[in-house]
Amino acid sequence: MSILVYIEQAEGKVKKTSLEAVSFANALAGQTGEGDVVAVALGTIGAEELAAIGKAGAAKVLHGADSKLDAGVIQAHASAVAQAFNQIGAKTLVLAKSSLGDAVAARLAIKLQAGLVSNVVELPKTDGAYIVKRSIYTGKAFAETTVTTDNKILAIKKNAIDLKLDGADAQVEKFDVALDDTDFASKITSTERATGDVLLPEADIVVSGGRGLKGPENWGMVEEMAKILGAATACSKPVSDLGWRPHHEHVGQTGIKVAPTLYIAIGISGAIQHLAGVNSSKCIVVINKDPDAPFFKAADYGIVGDAFEVVPKLNEAFKAEL
Amino acid sequence: MKILVCITHVPDTTSKIQFTADNTKFDSTGVQYIIGPYDDYALARAVELRDQASGKLTVLNVGEADSDPTLRKALAIGADEAIRVNSAPKDSYFVSQQIAHYAKEGAYDLILMGRESIDFNGGMVHGMVGELLGIPSFSPVMKLDVDGSSVKMSREIEGGKEMLEASLPLIAGCQEPIAEWKIPNMRGIMSARTKPLTVVEPVSQETQAEASKYELPPAKGAVKLVDKDNVAELVRLLKNEAKVL
Repeated sequence: MSILVYIEQAEGKVKKTSLEAVSFANALAGQTGEGDVVAVALGTIGAEELAAIGKAGAAKVLHGADSKLDAGVIQAHASAVAQAFNQIGAKTLVLAKSSLGDAVAARLAIKLQAGLVSNVVELPKTDGAYIVKRSIYTGKAFAETTVTTDNKILAIKKNAIDLKLDGADAQVEKFDVALDDTDFASKITSTERATGDVLLPEADIVVSGGRGLKGPENWGMVEEMAKILGAATACSKPVSDLGWRPHHEHVGQTGIKVAPTLYIAIGISGAIQHLAGVNSSKCIVVINKDPDAPFFKAADYGIVGDAFEVVPKLNEAFKAEL
Repeated sequence: MKILVCITHVPDTTSKIQFTADNTKFDSTGVQYIIGPYDDYALARAVELRDQASGKLTVLNVGEADSDPTLRKALAIGADEAIRVNSAPKDSYFVSQQIAHYAKEGAYDLILMGRESIDFNGGMVHGMVGELLGIPSFSPVMKLDVDGSSVKMSREIEGGKEMLEASLPLIAGCQEPIAEWKIPNMRGIMSARTKPLTVVEPVSQETQAEASKYELPPAKGAVKLVDKDNVAELVRLLKNEAKVL
């Protein structure tokens, strides 16, 4: 018996959040005695990259190398993962919550007759009933969810576990995926992706700007801070509504929910809808000239001051320290 | 074209989240309920598509009688008829079975809903219904155009989007900017009163992963303010105290 982990890749590189899922599965297997961790990776990925999944705790990697799986076609990926699950006789599937992961997990829940819990924030309790803690109300509360099925799927939230990379290389095995036309009933015709930058939902540090920055032309200092810190850039809803920044940078209730180690908010007042997108951050820094901005109540550290004055100075201080 | 839009009946985004009965029930005291914001985008796009193709638009909710005003609002926004499956939405699997049953019965060409509900945030129902019905599912969808039976969509991915082509029937979980929210006008509100709202019973009681107990995150400590003329102090705190750099 093994726990299966669904690995996601982007341009041949395994996502860090998927490695977190491997570490999570490894800790879970230790707790439940479900044997070792097997990862299933789809599409074109190099041998070294595949073997390195072992460092996060996988004993074996099943590689479905068909290049038709390079793109994240939801149904095809769901079929492939179901085949891997049945092939190794797994009872538990672990994956990282993401745009593709969520879509694939939902179909798998039906295919595998598996109880599915999303937004999992820590290892489940498995002595007696199988109880999984998940984030609900957009990070404003948690629910204990009792899973009653034999097969289980856990879609974990970022930072549900510390990523450990102290394992050995995994054994990589070729995995033949049987796919038919219905798996490819939809076609991805093109992809637009910001290149060279840190992806927002996966970033450890996020630098975010609001309407206080007065216009898109003033984002240079935000981008500079992101560059110094190796961070992703983000923005509030009004900023993306005004077209100052792209929608995929919008953090909040109806945008991206982030869970970085450090979230730096510049010129954002902190409306409850914005906080809903950032309240899973480990540490929040707020820079705002209004001392009464509600964001200060949700912050760990704050500077009351004009962003145009504070941010350039802070960038120099970051540079000097890092 | 027959369109089904599934909506959730959820606390307003500004609601204070609290629990009662030894943390086993959501405390709805003083809470305003709304159509889920993502469902509202799905509904708005569905109204546009219905008007283009002179089709029929049905809205469905799995919920108890307190959902009726939310369904009436959807009728006021432009849905032609409403169905309420008379049960609390116990978990994603439970809800998906109800939707799949009534969707099959109604033979809809297009099923839309929000990418996720804003109470439980599962974001799983569209995929589950898609698999139950054997049709493709997509989420989160930011653009959806229908031409005959072919559909062009864009779906958000980490750091960007992908463009997709598929054929009806299909199911999509929607988010902005698929359409602008629609506010009901007086004519809509008047006509909503006489549009049909049918209450049906759940077809299965089966659940797989029900929430049993709730808790709130620990209270946040007070913010530590750093003087704007001493920003180096903030860097030191982040490095040595919070240990996040």
